[in-house]
Amino acid sequence: MLKSALKMIVIMMGMALLFPLSSGYAKEVKSISGAGATFPYPVYSKWADAYNKETGVKFNYQSIGSGGGIKQIKAKTVDFGASDAPLKPGELDKSGLLQFPMIMGGVVPVVNLKGVGSGGLRMSNTLLADIYLGRIKNWNDSRIRAENPDLSLPDKSIMVVHRSDGSGTTWIFTNYLSKVSAEWKNKVGNNKAVAWPVGIGGKGNEGVASYVKRIKGSIGYVEYAYALQNHLSYVKLKNRDGGYVEPSSETFQAAAANADWNNAKGFYMVLTNQPGKDSWPITGASFILVYKKQAKPDTGRVVLKFCDWAYRNGAKMAEELDYIPMPANVVELVEKTWQREIKDPQGRSVWK
Amino acid sequence: MNREKTLGSVIHARIQRGLFLDRLFSHGTRIFAWAVLAVIIAIIVSLFIGAAPALKKFGFGFLVSTAWNPVTEDFGALVSIYGTLVTSAIAMLIGVPVSFGIALFITELSPIWLKRPIGTAIELLAAIPSIIYGMWALFVFAPLFGDHIQPWISDHLGPLPLIGALFSGPPLGIGVFTAGIILAIMVIPFMSAVMRDMFEVVPDVLKESAYGIGATTWEVVRHVVLPYTKVGVVGGIMLGLGRALGETMAVTFVIGNANRIHASLFMPGNTISSSLANQFTEAVGEMYTSSLIALGLILFLITFVVLAAAKFLLFRIAAREGRRG
Repeated sequence: MLKSALKMIVIMMGMALLFPLSSGYAKEVKSISGAGATFPYPVYSKWADAYNKETGVKFNYQSIGSGGGIKQIKAKTVDFGASDAPLKPGELDKSGLLQFPMIMGGVVPVVNLKGVGSGGLRMSNTLLADIYLGRIKNWNDSRIRAENPDLSLPDKSIMVVHRSDGSGTTWIFTNYLSKVSAEWKNKVGNNKAVAWPVGIGGKGNEGVASYVKRIKGSIGYVEYAYALQNHLSYVKLKNRDGGYVEPSSETFQAAAANADWNNAKGFYMVLTNQPGKDSWPITGASFILVYKKQAKPDTGRVVLKFCDWAYRNGAKMAEELDYIPMPANVVELVEKTWQREIKDPQGRSVWK
Repeated sequence: MNREKTLGSVIHARIQRGLFLDRLFSHGTRIFAWAVLAVIIAIIVSLFIGAAPALKKFGFGFLVSTAWNPVTEDFGALVSIYGTLVTSAIAMLIGVPVSFGIALFITELSPIWLKRPIGTAIELLAAIPSIIYGMWALFVFAPLFGDHIQPWISDHLGPLPLIGALFSGPPLGIGVFTAGIILAIMVIPFMSAVMRDMFEVVPDVLKESAYGIGATTWEVVRHVVLPYTKVGVVGGIMLGLGRALGETMAVTFVIGNANRIHASLFMPGNTISSSLANQFTEAVGEMYTSSLIALGLILFLITFVVLAAAKFLLFRIAAREGRRG
């Protein structure tokens, strides 16, 4: 009698031990963490807030910079990384990472010139490059006047403003200049920080914006949202097809829509200098990095679920903050890639 | 007999316990003290390990090269070293006399009712975080300086031979000179607080004797107060200089962050700590990161040399006094 009772207790204890184990395995992931690019931080945090209210899943994002984000995901301290500059396919393969575009934005040149409002000044691509190379030093240079015959430009030296910190914005901007100017490509090149031939450096978009606001006769480049929020005069740029375009969500989206995503291996796609007569030439996408082999497939799935939710429900929130959502055809392509490439340790697809 | 024994053992136990606690205490403090040394050594070693690839590649040339090109991975420290030294020198040139004046006024000249408010204000200023100084410098000081003071300096000092070149160039309000002024404003509270505390410990008997034989205030300060307090005063100046050399955020806001050496102090430059603050997060690649760590190592060495020089100076003063005595 006593023995059988003991047996029962042992069996029950065993079951009690087993039960939480099995339920623990299927436990819901309640929070995910990521780190990286500063540029998409405002929209990511807005999405995170809305997503948390809807599903209860917490989405922690630390905007420590793209370089930091890449380092963190490689060290596996976060569930996903974020970068403004795409990683080359070779680097992705080496580290076993998959990248996909999440959100887009535009970089706009801004000027502080008396009597010149937004869109008042027109510039061809080589003109902008030559100003940043220090070849054109004065606002009444004949080449600036040739493109802007209606403006009375002052005899004032040009003060070039650039970013002092390493930044994805600089990466996009110098990528554009390298594409349109051979001299820029050879002398300066394309990176998150470069050896600027002229000018002064402001820290962050807000640093550049405040320098441009402060210094008369200055020219700088900032993310579109900062140009709008600080009421800076942006420049009309001549694009690849020869039209002068103003920065706006339509011209950014035109650049993204005209890009050939299908043939971009590893989504290595830079949206600068894209074809199309309405394309804004300095457009860029911000990327998310995840591991192709997910050691914790449940967490990985929640990251992808969040991204899927943001693609489908986040467009309006993004536009309110002057970001550009990804076009539907690109989203479809991204989600197909998830299904094909992201696997759990057993080799099953994480995204269904 | 029995009682005596118990009492004896109680006393013995207490002594034992006291000895044990004493030993514990002395070992504990020793561990803390050695920990400081261990941390310093750990910092030096890890800086050396981190900087090794850059030092190996560039060698001594790293110290004298003005290049800083992340694209071609060609790095040199000269621009940052120059900026660090020049901004700190400007800060000291402005800060030391002003702090000295403040401390003197508080201890010697101020009416009693004013002493406490000024002293408290200085301590409050010393407690303001540097980012606040930086923001104030960028949004308030730089525009004022660039629009009103800089043109005046350029007009009056610019045409002078030799030093004229230092004060020419467009009045941006942002640059090496502005950074130096902001640093001065930031270190003045530190230095004047230390100097005030030092001046206050001068015995009144000494000062009153000097006044008694007809010395002026300046003579009392020069021949009584300063000789009595010079160790502390030099210490206070070194504290300020240390802060100026390492200050990061406030300088980053106003120095202009351009990797070039200009003759003019009104043009943008760079310092070691602002280079680090600007670039470390986004530095990808071994050589880039390693060069930044090498900059950190150089800053560490500069600070070390400055402190060592200060100690040497004090040592010399003490030795000379010993001879005279």
